Amino acid sequence: MTDKNRINIPEYCMVLLVGPTGCGKSTFAARHFRSTEVISSDRCRGIVSDDENDLEATHDAFALLNYTAETRLKRRRLTVIDATNVRSEDRRDLISLAKRYHALVVAFVFDVPEALCHERNALRPDRAFGPHVVRNHIRSLRRGQRRMDRDGIRFIYRFKSEEEVDAVEILRDRLWVDKRDEQGPFDIIGDIHGCATELEQLLEKLGYGVTLDESEGDRRYSVTAPEGRRVIFLGDLVDRGPRVPDVLRIAKSMVDDGIARCVLGNHEAKLGRAMRGRNVKLTHGLAETMEQFESESDAFKKEMLRFIDGLISHFVLDDGRLVVAHAGLREEMQNRSSGKVRSFAMYGETTGETDDFGLPVRFDWASEYRGKARVVYGHTPVPEAEWINNTLCIDTGCVFGGKLTALSYPEMELVEVPAERTYMEPARPLIPASDVTSDPNAAPDALLDLEDVTGKRIISTRLRRAVTLRDDQSAAALEVMSRFAIDPRWLIYLPPTMSPSETSAREGFLEHPEDALRYFKAQGVESVVAQEKHMGSRAVLVVTRDDSVALRRFGIESDALGAIYTRTGRPFFYDPAIVAGVLARVSKAAEQCGLWDALETDWLCLDAEIMPWSVKAQSLIEHQYGAVGAAANAGLQAALVTVQQGVARGLDLETLREKMSSRFDNAVAYRKAYGHYVWPVEKLEDLRIAPFHLLGSEGGVHDDKSHRWHMEQLRLLCEADEDLLFQTDHRFIDVADEAQVQAACEWWLEMTAKGGEGMVVKPMDFVTRGPRGYVQPAVKCRGREYLRIIYGPDYDRPEHLTRLRRRGLGRKRALALQEFALGIEALERFANREPLRRVHECVFGVLAMESEAVDPRL
Amino acid sequence: MLLTITTTHRPATDLGYLLHKNPNSLHARELAFGRAHLFYPEASEERCTAALLLDVDPVQLVRGCEGAWQSGAFGQYVNDRPYVASSFLSAAISKLLGTALAGRSKERSELAKIAIPLEVCIAPLACRGGCELLERLFAPLGYEVEVEPHPLDPAFPDWGDSQYVTVTLRATKRITDLLTHLFVLVPVLDNQKHYYVGNDEVEKLLAKGTGWLDEHPDKDLIVRRYLRNQRSLTRVALEGLAAREEPQTGEVQEVLDAPEEELEKPIRLNELRMETVTRTLLDAGATSVMDLGCGQGRLLRSLLKEKQFTRIAGLDVAPKVLQQAERRLRLERMPDRQRARIELLQGSMLYRDQRMKAFDALAAVEVIEHLEPERLPAFERVVFAEAQPPTVVVTTPNREYNATFEDMEPERLRHPDHRFEWTRVEFESWARGVADRNDYQVEFDGIGVVHEEHGAPTQMAVFSR
Repeated sequence: MTDKNRINIPEYCMVLLVGPTGCGKSTFAARHFRSTEVISSDRCRGIVSDDENDLEATHDAFALLNYTAETRLKRRRLTVIDATNVRSEDRRDLISLAKRYHALVVAFVFDVPEALCHERNALRPDRAFGPHVVRNHIRSLRRGQRRMDRDGIRFIYRFKSEEEVDAVEILRDRLWVDKRDEQGPFDIIGDIHGCATELEQLLEKLGYGVTLDESEGDRRYSVTAPEGRRVIFLGDLVDRGPRVPDVLRIAKSMVDDGIARCVLGNHEAKLGRAMRGRNVKLTHGLAETMEQFESESDAFKKEMLRFIDGLISHFVLDDGRLVVAHAGLREEMQNRSSGKVRSFAMYGETTGETDDFGLPVRFDWASEYRGKARVVYGHTPVPEAEWINNTLCIDTGCVFGGKLTALSYPEMELVEVPAERTYMEPARPLIPASDVTSDPNAAPDALLDLEDVTGKRIISTRLRRAVTLRDDQSAAALEVMSRFAIDPRWLIYLPPTMSPSETSAREGFLEHPEDALRYFKAQGVESVVAQEKHMGSRAVLVVTRDDSVALRRFGIESDALGAIYTRTGRPFFYDPAIVAGVLARVSKAAEQCGLWDALETDWLCLDAEIMPWSVKAQSLIEHQYGAVGAAANAGLQAALVTVQQGVARGLDLETLREKMSSRFDNAVAYRKAYGHYVWPVEKLEDLRIAPFHLLGSEGGVHDDKSHRWHMEQLRLLCEADEDLLFQTDHRFIDVADEAQVQAACEWWLEMTAKGGEGMVVKPMDFVTRGPRGYVQPAVKCRGREYLRIIYGPDYDRPEHLTRLRRRGLGRKRALALQEFALGIEALERFANREPLRRVHECVFGVLAMESEAVDPRL
Repeated sequence: MLLTITTTHRPATDLGYLLHKNPNSLHARELAFGRAHLFYPEASEERCTAALLLDVDPVQLVRGCEGAWQSGAFGQYVNDRPYVASSFLSAAISKLLGTALAGRSKERSELAKIAIPLEVCIAPLACRGGCELLERLFAPLGYEVEVEPHPLDPAFPDWGDSQYVTVTLRATKRITDLLTHLFVLVPVLDNQKHYYVGNDEVEKLLAKGTGWLDEHPDKDLIVRRYLRNQRSLTRVALEGLAAREEPQTGEVQEVLDAPEEELEKPIRLNELRMETVTRTLLDAGATSVMDLGCGQGRLLRSLLKEKQFTRIAGLDVAPKVLQQAERRLRLERMPDRQRARIELLQGSMLYRDQRMKAFDALAAVEVIEHLEPERLPAFERVVFAEAQPPTVVVTTPNREYNATFEDMEPERLRHPDHRFEWTRVEFESWARGVADRNDYQVEFDGIGVVHEEHGAPTQMAVFSR
């Protein structure tokens, strides 16, 4: 009886404990399941009424039980219902709940002797009810028992005695679809439909070796795979094409050898039914298969039927990051099993209508897909494979004269082989996956949903496991994004905020480079780059190689060569002629210096400063800083003159005179400070664009390269158009070398004395970890006169400076790191061709973080 | 910031007695915002000048203000407050020259009661609203006004003049009248206040305004600006001036200065717009309406009056605006049944929003012109392709009509946040395109009195399917 005592249940399912009160359900549950997996009706009664036996609370208790069960199932957690569940109607709601979430139902029925129940209840002082209760339960249980399997319960285990209950051991099996531990690499191949020649070519192109052995009178294929790689066949191997048996032979031999997996397509399902002699119509190419099968042996047919019967609806792979199914799969069905899941995976979803060609109208589930996992599927022939909302259809209609396509994962490369000929005319022309219309604004991916951005959000990024946005932050970002931002399809990156260096203790200084360098040294960083901080406005430039890229890569119907936007996503220039002019020049410069080819890309994302400051901030300079300068000069001059008159009269006003005189000097210096950053812009050449990061291009984010690389690439770019592009002066510094530190400080003093804003110090590696997590990607150190603009004309008077030194950088630095992680993540998602909403989520997050109230002078 | 008061009344040094400050001493006083110095740069028989110099502490100002003032001049960390005459000056007058302000003088009580020749110089004074305002405020009170404007920055002549001037006022006045006028009118000119404007400000104004404010031709403006444009307080004050009653407790309301509204006020456009849109929605048979970009809820208020609308929602992208709408509509005090008809939601017209699908009609009243033109396709898709309500009402300014507004420069738009304003042809071609692409019918109408050549001030498109 040992084996009989071992019960295997699916690792995701609903477990119903069925039996009268006192039969030992809770004890059983506690022994075999985690406490969080068990939802007990008694416990729910207790939660809502403080009394586990309060029958009056039953209604509310079950509402809680159902809600909890539903929430767990939605999250794909095994759920145990510890209630009597003796009547069919008690179980009905729970079973339909399980169905809705594609969970199999397992019942453990405690049909134990009545006396045992009485005995147990007698030991429980809180269960002071008469014996009729148990008797009624048992009567209901026996009455409904025979109907249990008809109710939709898949596995029923019955215990007749306490001993049987105690002897049981429960094991959990993974679902067949659950292959999360298989991480690839994979080569996923779309619908083959008997095109064996193209399949052989494709396999060879992918590096597999295919040999055919006919020596024993039997056609036997053997295939070798490149190191560690495996093929995934997306189903529809059969029908329509010329060599269906060979395709099956190749697939089966590879599956048998463990170098392939195969999911079930609708054509295999139908073929299986036909081979069993069921009455199916020989349409849609089935006739061709049956005809080709006639010359095959019975053994072959039997073998292939077994193969088809063993096919699974879908697989979840690579820690849940990849889902493969013949016709795709909605998120809520992934890694679950039910008839509905199987049918969706095979047929997709149809609307119930038929189109002009008499074929069922398919509901475009991919247009609504919001899941985290990438879904790769076939079934619907499309002219080109293209990513939509994280899904990719790679059925490129080989049998209809298209091509056979494979996706190499995780490389995300498409490998294609054209069809040798058209084996069959398609019933309807192939429709691009993105839509029937060519209007990119109508593409399913072009529209963002409020659900993608509102409320409290937790964003996982490569650099930080989770960045949390509060709902008030996302609310603030929604306003900025809606009212001011450019088209979100261009918005593939937003820069992080930057913290100043630690406050300097030096007399007369609020910031000094030695503190910036000391910070990195303390973080264990050995070498840094110190870059001149240009005083203009921060800009992100998305530049493309030619006017087709906007549509092709960004999905924007425009011949623009890119976009230029501010650190909050607003258009940098409102004059389209300037935008076009700048982008054309940068694009051309990239051409001349060979950057496009070197990086094998047709778009670039640059982080830059555009000067003069006045081009973007004219109104701010005039109305804020200009006004302060005017008021200060007028007031202090008048005050100084009047005080001097008083002094002339012999009043003891010397102290006041000195103060007014020094304040007047400060007022003059204030005007001079901002005056450096103002010049008129009449033509393109009056602008200066200083790029300092080459953030990303096709294939990835360049955060794995050092700043030396970035500076070098940008030097080449700037040299290609020296009238517009401006190299960022910089020094590489070994922070342990006192002489180099000293030289950097002197360089800074010299630069700021000439009216420069200051400098930015960055660890040599773009992303650097210190002993306590990530190091600030950059720290700024601003010159004394520049700080006058920010802190006010008199900020460096000793009495003010002492108080201004009390500033906290912690909040600003925490934000800088989180925004940095989000910005890089946004760009990376774009480079990986993830759907718009996934990119947008991250840039939206940067804006949300920027709504935090942090001292703007930092 | 400097204020000088000069007299040529003989003996001029009597000014010391009038101000209760000895011309040969230095006087100083610590105030909350810094230090006020009073001294006499000249003091002779013929001419005597008292100077009040405010040395405002800018760091203290910022520290004290953190979070307290979210808008106006205090909203920025670097601002003109330490340098210009403002309500700080009024505070300094009342602290240092309180006796003179009250019209008393221990030593020269008779002199305090008579008018003497006085010359006042303020450097600088922020004159928000143009220099002619100085003339308007002081001339009716008998002052000769001389203004010296200051350029924003002599290094950048094309920036023009700043709003700061050095002003000289000459009149023969009692010293108390002069100080009172300055006490009230300097903050009016500056139009900012350093302290919270509460109800006691009304009383302060009523007390100080006795005898002159009533007759002042710009009384309304003075009251309004003194109370920082807070309408309900202003009303209390104006009523108080007229009736001399105890001022009631008025609620403090924020008033967004809407240049557009100011411009369109003479033609009652806003009310007309709400009436027309409400009527259109009634005629369309809608019972549930969502107002996209509801702002402070003006359309919602109009919709609430109609029983036909059983479900009303206001959607806006700005959380702050929604809070204002909630206050304005007095949702908190609304009876339950009424309250159940209306909801306010944060959302955006550029993001697909399932909640929109529950309504018969969507209204976008004076909203699309606040969107960047390149975002209009997203708006179209969210409203017409995704939400697909039976009725959509869109209104927007008719640019042609701008020609009829006086004082409006030809290329200007009605509101600084407008990204575009369309002519009738432009609007109609956009709307017809939208209708074609999304299977709607569209009809057009104008709102407001139609100008023969330029059409109606507002244009409306009614989409239906």
